[in-house]
Amino acid sequence: MSRLTLAGMALLLPGLTLGGEWSGYVEGQIRAFTQEPQFDEQGDSTFSLAFEPEYYQSWDRNQQSLTFTPFLRLDSQDEARTHFDIRELLWIYAGDRWELHAGVGKVFWGVTEALHLVDIINQTDLVENPDGEKKLGQPMLKLSFEQDWGTLDLFALPGFRQRTFPGEDGRLRSQPWVDTDLTTYESDREEQHLDFAVRWSHSLGDWDIGLAHFRGTSRDPSFNPVVNRDGDLVLAPHYEIIQQTSLDLQATKGDWLWKLEAIHRGGLDDPFNAATGGFEYTFVGVAETDIDIGMLSEYIYDDRGDDAPVPFENDLFIGLRFTANDVQSSELLTGLIKDLDSDALMFNLETNRRIGSSWKGALQARFWIDVPREDPMHAFSSDDYIEISLARYF
Amino acid sequence: MKSLLILPALLLPLSLLAATPEERGLEIAAEVDRRDTGWHDWQATMTMLLRNKHGEESLRHMRSRSLEVEDDGDKSLIVFDRPRDVKGTALLSYSHKTGSDDQWLYLPALKRVKRIASRNKSGPFMGSEFAYEDLSSQEIEKYTYQYIQDDQLDDTPVFLIERDPVDPNSGYSYQRVWIDQQRYIPLKIEFYDRKQSLLKTLEFRDYRQYLNQYWRANRMFMQNHQTGKSTLLTWEKYAFRTGLDEQDFSKNSLKRVK
Repeated sequence: MSRLTLAGMALLLPGLTLGGEWSGYVEGQIRAFTQEPQFDEQGDSTFSLAFEPEYYQSWDRNQQSLTFTPFLRLDSQDEARTHFDIRELLWIYAGDRWELHAGVGKVFWGVTEALHLVDIINQTDLVENPDGEKKLGQPMLKLSFEQDWGTLDLFALPGFRQRTFPGEDGRLRSQPWVDTDLTTYESDREEQHLDFAVRWSHSLGDWDIGLAHFRGTSRDPSFNPVVNRDGDLVLAPHYEIIQQTSLDLQATKGDWLWKLEAIHRGGLDDPFNAATGGFEYTFVGVAETDIDIGMLSEYIYDDRGDDAPVPFENDLFIGLRFTANDVQSSELLTGLIKDLDSDALMFNLETNRRIGSSWKGALQARFWIDVPREDPMHAFSSDDYIEISLARYF
Repeated sequence: MKSLLILPALLLPLSLLAATPEERGLEIAAEVDRRDTGWHDWQATMTMLLRNKHGEESLRHMRSRSLEVEDDGDKSLIVFDRPRDVKGTALLSYSHKTGSDDQWLYLPALKRVKRIASRNKSGPFMGSEFAYEDLSSQEIEKYTYQYIQDDQLDDTPVFLIERDPVDPNSGYSYQRVWIDQQRYIPLKIEFYDRKQSLLKTLEFRDYRQYLNQYWRANRMFMQNHQTGKSTLLTWEKYAFRTGLDEQDFSKNSLKRVK
């Protein structure tokens, strides 16, 4: 579905006269890398600007709504990080115990913090952040039914989105770098392959459960080394057709949250299983203040072991969450992911607070420590960075 | 009309004589609850003016809606409009007469619905002087009661009762509640911390009646005596029986509340 047809569709919505409201943010961001770049074309730091306005309107006594969220980032160092995306262009019709979502949207599945195994509908906008939490808008038709036995979501996903990768000049890239112009697909229909997904979710007392199945183009590519038109050795992404069945589960027991995500991915030459699970325990109002401190730990497992093309296959995450509950909504989340088979360690810190009523400052730091050459994370081992951003919300 | 009014006035002293302070306290709380039953659903906008001891102010805008649930606690949904960085964040609560409430938080940037530990109820709501438990559905079963005395509050005859939270995770040891004898609505609450010291005072102002039955305070002023901070909560655009149903309070609905 092209963007033009979606825009056309938006104009044809029944009963719509434009008169909604705009909100959103403009953000300035500096990333400073603490080590020398590995490659000449990379820089020591990068400055970028991001703009994400959102138009929202509801009508028909809130039964129908339209959301339009374009996103733009301009980056001083990496051409591939300068990019535009339609995060959302979504029409929602809410019926009696059913809902239809049509257009471009975003969906999140899952419960864990360190790794989102189950979340599969949207492609990762990797140039935004190496943590993979930023996603590209996905064309979708989603039909939901809410019944006493839970919520059933049926998805038809026309149009595949390629993962974004840092370009040749960007830090936090693989060696060789990924050339997305050379992408190949298992399906003859390439990015036109129609993907399907179904998900059942339910809350039963303290338990929240989700079961899902996805059939379509894998959001995770494999890579083939090839020589591109300029004669450079690059990696060409290859996307296979997969079947993925998943479970996500959370038990909320007082101050304890117990979490599990598990997947089986088939349709590949080598089907595999992966799982991640753990807990978060919160100390509420520490030392008679308003501060909450959460302790998190999650174990990550992938049965492909060291052959897994992912960095986390037998890893332990330990984290600390600090919530000040103050007027500025100050928050901090920090943690370590330790590979239990090697010395590899990844350190993460994310913190943010509101400044005045419409500004927000954030700081992020990521360090990779003692990552061995055969680990997929080795590519980032000299890309430790500190990121400072300031956003103005409107 | 007159004879109807005389009847409870005659019965009142009798029941006072017969009842222990606990029975009398519970009786008053039950009457408050009984008179605020049958509204089915309501919605309103909320504005919070936060002020610290230096006089610095900060504003919060929210929309709130509630659904009455028979034989259990009510369901409620609060959607944030301001500050802008939390716009679209929503908190869904299913309160229960006994045990912990169920709560889900919707994070619009990630489109993520997160089940959260509702025991964090003693924590401040959005940096304000209101704790989550102050704003949650006030079910009779959440407290034990004790009648203290008949009293006057600004020339209004009131019952003064003391109530102790049943939940051990409450931030309070007890509360003193001044209840209007005629309308059976709270006019003032004093909150005592776990060390039995006075922590906060909540004053209910500008009560208005809706559907000829349900009283709602349009302004609630919370003063923290220990920190000098205060929060003025202003309710506007109250609407009752607006046709909301279970579906408007589902986990799924969080994704489209905006």
